[in-house]
Amino acid sequence: MISTWINASTDHGPAPAVTAGTGSVRYPVAQELPRFWAAFVLQDFLPTTRPPFRAPCGNESIVDSHMFAFIIKRTAQAMVVMLIISLIGFAIKQSVGDPIREITGISVSAQEREALKEKLGLNDPFPVQWLRFVGKALQGDLGNSFYFKRPALQVILSKAPATLELVFSTSVLVILLSIPIGIYAAVKPTTWLARFFMGASIVGVSIPVFLTAILLIYVFSVGLGWLPSYGRGETVEIFSGWQTGYLTVDGLKHLILPSIALSSIMLPLFIRLIRAEMKEVLETEYIKYARAKGLKSSRILFVHAFKNTLLPVITVGGVQLGTLIAFTILTETVFQWKGMGAMFIESVERADTSLMVAYLVFVGFIFVLVNTLVDLIYGLVNPMVRISGRK
Amino acid sequence: MNTWRKMQQSYFLHSFLRDPLAVGSLFILLLLVIASFGAPLIAPHNPYDTTTIDILDSELPPIWLEKSDSRFLLGTDSQGRDMLSTMLYGMRVSIIIGLGAVFLQAVMGILIGLVAGYKGKRLDAFLMRLADVQLSFSTYMVAIFFGALFQAAFGMGMYEEFAIPLLIFIIGFAEWPQYARTVRASVMAEKKKEYVEAARVIGLRPGRIMWRHILPNTLTSVLVISTVQVANAIMSEAALSFIGLGMPVTRPSLGSLIKAGFDYIFSGSWWITLFPGLALVLLILSVNLLGDWLRDFLNPKLYKE
Repeated sequence: MISTWINASTDHGPAPAVTAGTGSVRYPVAQELPRFWAAFVLQDFLPTTRPPFRAPCGNESIVDSHMFAFIIKRTAQAMVVMLIISLIGFAIKQSVGDPIREITGISVSAQEREALKEKLGLNDPFPVQWLRFVGKALQGDLGNSFYFKRPALQVILSKAPATLELVFSTSVLVILLSIPIGIYAAVKPTTWLARFFMGASIVGVSIPVFLTAILLIYVFSVGLGWLPSYGRGETVEIFSGWQTGYLTVDGLKHLILPSIALSSIMLPLFIRLIRAEMKEVLETEYIKYARAKGLKSSRILFVHAFKNTLLPVITVGGVQLGTLIAFTILTETVFQWKGMGAMFIESVERADTSLMVAYLVFVGFIFVLVNTLVDLIYGLVNPMVRISGRK
Repeated sequence: MNTWRKMQQSYFLHSFLRDPLAVGSLFILLLLVIASFGAPLIAPHNPYDTTTIDILDSELPPIWLEKSDSRFLLGTDSQGRDMLSTMLYGMRVSIIIGLGAVFLQAVMGILIGLVAGYKGKRLDAFLMRLADVQLSFSTYMVAIFFGALFQAAFGMGMYEEFAIPLLIFIIGFAEWPQYARTVRASVMAEKKKEYVEAARVIGLRPGRIMWRHILPNTLTSVLVISTVQVANAIMSEAALSFIGLGMPVTRPSLGSLIKAGFDYIFSGSWWITLFPGLALVLLILSVNLLGDWLRDFLNPKLYKE
C-alpha cells in the first residue's frame, strides 16, 4: 500500500523524464527480432512509434490515427498477456493433479486408464494440449470443477455477484470519503482535523484487512450485537443467477461490515494520493490565475483543480483493482461471504486444481480488461500518451 | 571511535533525534525485535515443547480478569499455550520471514534493475514489461496464487514442514518488481553522468561499472523502499497465514495465531486474537513510521511540503 504511493512519489522525481526519453528510442529493424519477442514488445512494429509527420492542428477528432494505432497496440498487448496467463494456468493444471484419477476410481485397470488417456488427448504434446485449452477457454469452457462436478466458469459466475456487490459498495465508500477528505487535507493541511486524517491513514495502512474485519465483528456483532457477522443475509433474485443483497434491509445490513473492512485498506491510499496531487495542482499558475480572476474558491477547487487530479487517480485505481480483488479473498474468508474469493480458498483446501486455474484465468482476464480500458481512457484524454507511446 | 564521533555530529542523527515519532517508533521496533529474538531466554514458557502444555489450561483470560491463572500473564490460547510466549516466538517467525523475503526480493530486484537500466533497449523493455504485468496483478494476488500452487503441488504436510523458506520465496518472488523499477529508474539517471562515462573510457568492464560505480549511488532509494517492503512482507505473511497458506498452528506466526484465535472470538475469548493482532500492528506501524521518516529525510524536496 504504502509502497505504491512511495513509487508514485519517486515517479514524480527525475525518473519520468528518463523513462520518457528512452521511450522515444526505438529500433527500426524490428524484423530482426524473434517472433514471440517481437510480439511482446509489439510497439516496435507499429507506426505510433515514429514521430508524427504532420503538424498537429487544433480541430482534430479525438479518435485520430494515433489513437487508432494506440488502441490496436494496447489490445494486442492485452492479448499477449492473456496468452501468458493461460500458459501459466495450463502448466499448473498439467503439473498438479491427475485428471484420470479424478475421473476414475481405483478399480480401473492400467490398460483402461491408458485408453482413456489416449481418448482424452492427454498423450498429445504440451503445445497441442495448451492450444486446445486456449481454444476451449475462448468458448467459455474452463474445465470442470472436481468438487462441484459442474463447469468451473459456471461455478465462478454463480459466485461473482456476491463479490461484485461487495467491491461496488467498497468503491462507492472509497470514492465518497477519499475525495472530500483528500481535498480538505490538501487545502487546510495545518488544521488538527487534517493532521488527524493523515495520522489515521498511516495507522490504517498498517492494520491488515483481516484484523480490521475481526475487530469490526468483535465490536459490532459480538459486543454490541448491532450488525450480523457472517453471510450475505436475505437475497433476492433480480434476474437469472444474480442474487442481490441490495434490495432487502437484511442484505444491506450484512453488507455494512464487509464493505467497511475492505475499504479500510484502500481509503488511506486514495486520501494520500488525492491530497498529494491536489497540493501539486494548487501550486500551478492557472490556479493562481483563476484566483486572481476572482472565481469562487469552491469552483476553483472542484472544477479547475480537482479535474486535473483525476488522471493519476484513475490510473492508480486501475492498478489497485488487483489489490482490491486480492483483499476480497481475505474479507470474504472472515465474513464467510459466499463470493469468488471464499470459493477460491475453499478450492485450495479441497485441492480442486481445475477451479483454482479457472479462477486464475478469470481474474487475470478481469485485470487485463480493466487495465487496458484504463490505459485507453488515459490515451483518450491525454494526447501525449498516444503519440509518444506509454512509458 | 572516530566514526562514532562523526555519527554523533551528523545531520542524520540530529534530525532523527528531533523527531519524537521516529525515535518512538525505533524504540518500539527495537523492543519488539529484541523481545522476539530473545524469546528462548525471555519467554516464560516454550510453546514448541508439547510436554509443558496442558489442555486443561486452555482459553484462560489475562491475569487482570477473573478466572485467570497467575502463570499466564496474557492468558492462554485454545491449546493451553501461554499467549505471551507464543506471541514472542510467533513474532520471531514473522520477522525472519519478513527480512528473508525482503533480502530475496532486493537481490532479485537490484540485479534485474541494474541490468535493465544499464543495458537498456530490448532487455530493458522485456524485463520492465514483465514487471508491469506482474505488478498489475498486485503482489498479494501473486503471493496467494503461488502459495496455493505450492500447497497443491507439495501436499499439506510437506508445505508445512518447509513453510518458512517457501514463504520467503513466495513473498520475495511476488515483490521483486518494486525493487527492479526503483533501481532501474535511479540507474537510468546515473548512467548519463560523467563519472560513468569516465569509467567506460578507461575501459572498465560493464559488470564492474554497474556493481562498483552505479550501484552505490542507487542505494538511497533502495534503503527507503526496503523499510516499507519489510512492513509489506510481514503483512503479506500474516495475510497468507490467515487464509491457511502460511505457517501451521504448531509453529505459529502472528498471522496464524490471529487465524487460530478468530474461531474463539464468538465465545468471548478476545485475547487470543487481540494480542497477536496488536503486536502485528505495532510491528508494521513502527516500521512504516521509520520508513516515512527516512523517506522524508532522504528526499528533502518532499520534506518541504
